[in-house]
Amino acid sequence: MSFKRFLALFYTRNKEFMRDRSSLSWNILMPVLIVAGFSFAFSGDIGKKFKVAVANTTNATELAKQFIQLKHIEFYSIDSSEAEINRSITKVQRHQVDMLLDAAKQRYWINTESPNGYLVEKILLGTKQNEFKKQTVTGNQIRYIDWVVPGILSMNMMFSALFGVGFVIVRYRKNGMLKRLKATPITAFEYLSAQIASRIILILLVTAFVFYGTNYFVNFVMNGSHLILFLVFALGALSMISLGLIIAARITSEETAGGLLNLFSWPMMFFSGVWFSLEGAAPVMQNIAEIFPLTHVTTAARAVMIDGAELIDISYHLMILFIQSIVFLFLGSWFFKWE
Amino acid sequence: MAASILQINNLVKHYPSVKAVNGIDITLDKGICFGLLGPNGAGKTTTIEILEGINHPTSGEIFYKGERLGNQFRNEAGIMFQSTALQDFITVRETLEMFSQFYPQQADLNKLILRCNLTEYLDQDNRELSGGQRQRLLLAIALVNDPDIIFLDEPTTGLDPQARRNFWDLINDIKAEGKTIVLTTHYMDEAYMLCDEIAIMDHGKIIAQGTPKSLLEETFNDVILQLPKADLAGYDLTSLMTHNKSTHIEITTCDVNSVISDLIKNNVSLSQLQIRARTLDDLFLELTGKELRA
Repeated sequence: MSFKRFLALFYTRNKEFMRDRSSLSWNILMPVLIVAGFSFAFSGDIGKKFKVAVANTTNATELAKQFIQLKHIEFYSIDSSEAEINRSITKVQRHQVDMLLDAAKQRYWINTESPNGYLVEKILLGTKQNEFKKQTVTGNQIRYIDWVVPGILSMNMMFSALFGVGFVIVRYRKNGMLKRLKATPITAFEYLSAQIASRIILILLVTAFVFYGTNYFVNFVMNGSHLILFLVFALGALSMISLGLIIAARITSEETAGGLLNLFSWPMMFFSGVWFSLEGAAPVMQNIAEIFPLTHVTTAARAVMIDGAELIDISYHLMILFIQSIVFLFLGSWFFKWE
Repeated sequence: MAASILQINNLVKHYPSVKAVNGIDITLDKGICFGLLGPNGAGKTTTIEILEGINHPTSGEIFYKGERLGNQFRNEAGIMFQSTALQDFITVRETLEMFSQFYPQQADLNKLILRCNLTEYLDQDNRELSGGQRQRLLLAIALVNDPDIIFLDEPTTGLDPQARRNFWDLINDIKAEGKTIVLTTHYMDEAYMLCDEIAIMDHGKIIAQGTPKSLLEETFNDVILQLPKADLAGYDLTSLMTHNKSTHIEITTCDVNSVISDLIKNNVSLSQLQIRARTLDDLFLELTGKELRA
């Protein structure tokens, strides 16, 4: 490994990216536009769908069963453990869930500041007055925009990582640039590590720019440490760039590469919890989502930004991202061909 | 006798459907310009890619300065592919600086820029270069490590006559420094002008090798007389070896005096007579045939 050769490639790749104004603008503008669009869309009084978390569904009393069978309310079961109930209480505090119901003990939690909570309570009590014991919590509302921003930042990072490295490598393989580099003392490891380092730094700079730029307009919730969030995004970027390397390892057609990159990125975009919560989704879908690096970046970033999670709280996601990075990097380097 | 810089022994490269290189031996002396010629599909690109170290032979041995191809070769070889894309949004100067950083030994970039006439384009984006400027940049890239051996793969393809001659001057300058050059080209005049030694390949084998002059002398002992068709009207050509061209007729003969005497005797006008010696074009066609190759 020659550091001099690594730096030469690294600097040149950075210059190339920074001078490609259209690509750079798109990388920065797209997430800002998405956030602005959602902010506008959810600024009105729309989306009044009630969401109720239900513990002890299997042991539900007759009265609770009657309530759970009501239409136009989204009920989802949770584990009856104390930890899970506490997590759901936090969601009630955040206005992410309108009510938590213990179907066996006929207890419920609502946020006294939540209009939806108030309405669901009325519906519940309409089932039969005074049979349910009221518990109250308080807390500031987490708007949808607060919830979706970590996902959008992660998703933008994913596209930049997959297409910014994978697609570029395929393009350079196709037009012979990689063949020219192969004829120099450059090693595949030096070339790939320079591409990865360059892209990680650029992704983090762009993400930071988008983060602060979006926050200026939307003023989203950020309860955690910026440093931990930085770590989440750095590891996430490494993982997804490495995934791009596997896709780009041997392909010589930009069309095939584009198709494959879309094949990976679109399911991740929809099933990694970027736009909607996977809670209440089919277990199969939840298990599949666990495979995607984007799921772990989004979940960890959301935990840091909304819940103020510490390193230990998101260590599972960081560990998965780290393992995925190592595996993807190994496979990408193993399969890599200059021509 | 000059020292050998590159030694190729029984080089073979077989693909599943084709035997691209079928056992060739070449010894290159230091400081010569060696031309590898052949029709399309003859195996010369595969051969040169193996020599450049970017393709692997099925069997055979290659020695550079007595050692198998390795890091020393990569550090001391300069390579110019026929077509190479360069990074977008990067200037000529930045491209040269990047490539020079890849090597432990570096040529003086300022001198290189002057030699390759790149001064005016240093801050120009690679994408904005003309064909000739681009070829000069690719040559400069091949020279950034002050190489001992330089591979030039069809370096003047697509260039106009001025740019080609300009390029020949550059190559002659490099030759004058005692560097070894391996050149592939489809232009026989280029090979004749630049090469000290040529090898003609066909069907994966070398079918002729030597200096251009010696190969021509070995193959041909005749000359060609050219006369307009109109001047030869009524003249009996049946006893002569002729080629009918669009506007003129070529007479191939070993006895020029006898043919001219006969033409004069038959009142054929010789005012537009042209006599030419055999060229590498003739040699190439003689050895590889005239059928169209893919």
